[in-house]
Amino acid sequence: MAVQLPIFMDNHSTTRVDPRVLEAMLPYFTDDFGNAASRTHAFGWKAEAAIEASRETIARFIGAESGREIVFTSGATEADNLAIKGIAEYYGAKGKHLVTSAIEHKAVLDSCKRLEKDGFSVTYLPVGKDGLVEPAAVEQAIRRDTILVSVMLANNEVGTVQSLEEIGKITRAKGVLFHTDAVQGIGKTPFDVRKMNVDLASLTAHKIYGPKGIGALYVRRSRPRVRLVAQMDGGGHERGNRSGTLNVPGAVGFAKALELYEREGAAENERILGLRQRLYDKLTGRLEKVELNGDWERRLPGNLNVSFSFVEGEAMMMAIKDVAVSSGSACTSASLEPSYVLRAMGLDEDLAHSSIRFGIGRFNTEEEVDYVAELVAAEVERLRAMSPLYEMYQEGIDLKSIQWSAH
Amino acid sequence: MAYSDKVIDHYENPRNVGTLDKADEAVGTGLVGAPACGDVMRLQIRVNDDGIIEDARFKTFGCGSAIASSSLATEWIKGRHIDEAATLKNSQIAEELNLPPVKIHCSVLAEDAVKSAIEDYRKKQAVRRALAGEGASRADLAGEEASV
Repeated sequence: MAVQLPIFMDNHSTTRVDPRVLEAMLPYFTDDFGNAASRTHAFGWKAEAAIEASRETIARFIGAESGREIVFTSGATEADNLAIKGIAEYYGAKGKHLVTSAIEHKAVLDSCKRLEKDGFSVTYLPVGKDGLVEPAAVEQAIRRDTILVSVMLANNEVGTVQSLEEIGKITRAKGVLFHTDAVQGIGKTPFDVRKMNVDLASLTAHKIYGPKGIGALYVRRSRPRVRLVAQMDGGGHERGNRSGTLNVPGAVGFAKALELYEREGAAENERILGLRQRLYDKLTGRLEKVELNGDWERRLPGNLNVSFSFVEGEAMMMAIKDVAVSSGSACTSASLEPSYVLRAMGLDEDLAHSSIRFGIGRFNTEEEVDYVAELVAAEVERLRAMSPLYEMYQEGIDLKSIQWSAH
Repeated sequence: MAYSDKVIDHYENPRNVGTLDKADEAVGTGLVGAPACGDVMRLQIRVNDDGIIEDARFKTFGCGSAIASSSLATEWIKGRHIDEAATLKNSQIAEELNLPPVKIHCSVLAEDAVKSAIEDYRKKQAVRRALAGEGASRADLAGEEASV
């Protein structure tokens, strides 16, 4: 069967809305378009009912006690900001120290940086070559004045899944609040706020075949009851935690996306894992010096992050322009610095420049994987043929022994 | 990022990819950049007795713009005298390829590669002349061995 181009294999960046999700959303644009805050007429009641049902679905999916623990936001960036700044503002009198990891999403890292300017101090935990945070390091980093630990469920670049259950035991024992950015992992790896002692969790719909523009922050309401200061002022929606008219179709789509995972997630993850293995086997079967980035076992099923040594990532993406993937080469960014995640993992910078992230998802097929593997292998071979580094490697020259000119 | 048609053309059909014998006296080799920075260019020239660049070859590790810059540079210097080739400016490459500001460094690297290859060739010639008895003793030249 011929594949259709272009192929989307960048499912960590976003995902196609599942047609069933779209179908569930549509009535809320046109027929049931009311404002969920309108308490005085049927349009408002219908919208509110849809919102409350969505809240319950989301709460159930993550193991929360009730829908009242779900605060809708515009997405995970807002949820991360609300969690970190909102907690810091509420608990700042109690302590001014936070713990997070060096490979968090920028929404977490930059929120922490903002707090540092406001007099807070932040410990950025290192990760190993495997892309994993040591729970023991979390324990050691917690001080008397620590108010929050924020460690992501799964990393967006290398797909590594962190030990939240172990970290949650530590934070609970130490009486420190625990936030996780669960965006990449939800639906794809087990996540349960009760089992993992998570107090706040950032979620978004568009990574799980839902719409863009809707996310949520889980905020625990008992044992302990978590308080935060709203970062958006206005009509006092979401129990005063997040003002702004609710995105009703978005919330409905978000919930529908999770319902699909409840029904089909296990089988789907199994299938995607098979595709990932197939892609990896084909690439490594044909090419030498393909380096896997991040732990192989504790990884999201759809993630494959590899460095094709001696080939620069952006040139690689240009070569396979009919396939959407991404690269840790920051050749396009103004800083010219490669991925901070890969560097935090201690990867040599040349390998970071050579990294490609494949994100396999629900709508990818075996035919697409075969096509991509074939194309990528052929283009790596073509680019290696014009790479001076590959020639040196073949001649047995140690690239590290060369005095390179900086520029 | 959208690439210019010229970058795409040079990237997809690079001119003069290859390797010349770096031990050959008539060959100058320039190796510039660093793997850690995401680009390394090796540019080589073969120069005849009249100082004309008869052949130019490159291999580049880098993005599409880096590959295109080195490809274009080899095209331009081929057939020219080394003195003329040495005046090649990165701005000419950047202009011809329509490089955006963030990619200007690719053209700088190509200019450096050309200059470095010419310098290497000139050093080799100086050594050759010296060994032929035109001047200094071998000992004086020990530090001048081509380094690439």
